[in-house]
Amino acid sequence: MTAPVDATSHLINLRTVSKEYAMGDNRIRALDDVSLTIARGEFVSVMGPSGSGKSTLMNIIGCLDTPSAGSYRLDGQDVGRLGRDELARIRNRTIGFVFQGFNLLARTSALENVALPLLYSGSRAEERYSRAREALATVGLADREHHHPNQLSGGQQQRVTIARAIVNQAPVILADEPTGNLDSATGIEIMNLFVRLNREAGITVIVVTHEREIAQYGRRLIKFRDGRIVSDAELAP
Amino acid sequence: MISPASTLTIALRALRANKMRSSLTMLGIIIGVAAVIAMLSIGAAARQRIADEINSMGSNLLIVFSGSTSSGGARMGTGTDPTISLEDVEAMLRECPSVLDAAPMHSGSAQIVYGNRNWSTGIIGTTASVLHINAWEMLHGRAFTPQDERYSAKVCLLGMTVADELFGAIDPVGRIVRIKHVPFRVLGVLKPKGQSMTGQDQDDVVYVPITTAQRKLFGGTLPGMVRFVMVKATGLHALDQAEQEIVALLRHRHRIGPGQTDDFTVRNLTQMMQIAITLANIMTILLGAIASISLLVGGIGIMNIMLVSVTERTREIGIRIAVGAKTWDIRLQFIMEAMTLSLIGGLIGIVLGQAGSIGLCMAAGLPVHVSAAGIALSFGFSAAVGIFFGYYPAHKASLLNPIDALRYE
Repeated sequence: MTAPVDATSHLINLRTVSKEYAMGDNRIRALDDVSLTIARGEFVSVMGPSGSGKSTLMNIIGCLDTPSAGSYRLDGQDVGRLGRDELARIRNRTIGFVFQGFNLLARTSALENVALPLLYSGSRAEERYSRAREALATVGLADREHHHPNQLSGGQQQRVTIARAIVNQAPVILADEPTGNLDSATGIEIMNLFVRLNREAGITVIVVTHEREIAQYGRRLIKFRDGRIVSDAELAP
Repeated sequence: MISPASTLTIALRALRANKMRSSLTMLGIIIGVAAVIAMLSIGAAARQRIADEINSMGSNLLIVFSGSTSSGGARMGTGTDPTISLEDVEAMLRECPSVLDAAPMHSGSAQIVYGNRNWSTGIIGTTASVLHINAWEMLHGRAFTPQDERYSAKVCLLGMTVADELFGAIDPVGRIVRIKHVPFRVLGVLKPKGQSMTGQDQDDVVYVPITTAQRKLFGGTLPGMVRFVMVKATGLHALDQAEQEIVALLRHRHRIGPGQTDDFTVRNLTQMMQIAITLANIMTILLGAIASISLLVGGIGIMNIMLVSVTERTREIGIRIAVGAKTWDIRLQFIMEAMTLSLIGGLIGIVLGQAGSIGLCMAAGLPVHVSAAGIALSFGFSAAVGIFFGYYPAHKASLLNPIDALRYE
């Protein structure tokens, strides 16, 4: 199957990662000794029932959270040792997030929303807006740059989110239930956009979903249950 | 790091999104700053007024009143029974080293007539020293000479009000006026001085030589006596010394034995003015402190609204942190919002406070006073209020956990 030759060549490398939360008096082990490597350019679907730990996995891969135990190297860097601001810099440069609920800034134009990561990487205004326009054109929304999120359909909003994810040329897109709030036709459009970005731009895409049809778009399927990987297999194209 | 200009843009957009709330929050700062500015300017105006008064009166002054007498047990008040003579005044000048100058004053009121016009005013018999002591200058003409005093010349100096009332546009110098039917030649007109602190018109006065007043106008029962003496000491610190010297001299000259009460009274005007200034300062501090409290309350208003705003915008903060906003990016964003509120409020407050204080000063007849230091202070203070009261909410926002913040409904 996917045989890792050299661990450092992998974009994402988790070794025996565990994550525990305190919930009242109980400690919940959301991730239990997970080891996982994902290479540059892969399209990975992560499936599992709710509470299986897949969201925790996404938060750790996305540097929104750090493991309780084990190590996580992203692009060769040990993320577990980094501080809050260094994690912010990695999220800004390396990770593009696509959320189920879109998470766009209200009362803010599509263009400004897409340009947001560039604001925090310190780009100048002209550069921010020209790159944001390019990203919007890539997702097919060149004519919607001045629309606010509430003037856009769900599918369009999700495409704005994807434009925001790719605007800083991040090598990884993390999508958490990206089609959860969309009808199935729009969901298919969004998934095809991920496929295109993966094939044409070589972006590593990781999609978390509980829908089998959505998971089928990936070329590798990881199944999760009770904080552990229960299966990890290539999917036939 | 995000640029300050972009932070300001974000702040302005956030404030515009909630116009009503932003303006009400600003109102707290506006009222606070306006109150501080108004109180400081009015205080400064009052202090200025007192200082002007001291300068116009002349500095380092003592007044020596002729003593009061008792008439059948009823004490008559100072100056009622002249006990100080012109010789006493000359002795003061001669023998008291701390006395720089002294002017005897003998006053009464009379009708002064020129042609078909007349005016009732205070007539003061004195010497040319009074102008030196009171820091008063001539507008036209000249003052009396020692010769005029020696020969009881029938000459006079007019205050501006008297000159206006009697002569209007005519130049009074060299013309003859009548006081108690005695013709006097006008030697000169005094520079206008305005109201005294007690609201008296200081220009409603006529000066004549002391000897002329004593012999030709207000002879009275004791010729050669004066009602009071204006004394200028050699310096501010010599005032007490001068007072002691005068008291010793007059007690000696009037043969007042130990244990007997003085037949004169010495008043230290400068001291009274210093007390008035101190009182004005205390008032300014007190009013300023009260006004500062309203600024403080305005600041707490900002903090309150910023805390609400941080809670409401938890999700926005989560999004910003997720796409790479660092701790200080978020913190600056909210501090900038608070500062924008307090600075705009501060500016409006400065304008309103200054306008209000100008209006109040004009209504109260105080000199209009624009305090640049007060304005700078208020501006700096309102910026500080924004930073101080914005910091805690901003700090709270910057430490939000992005995972929880993104899930926040």
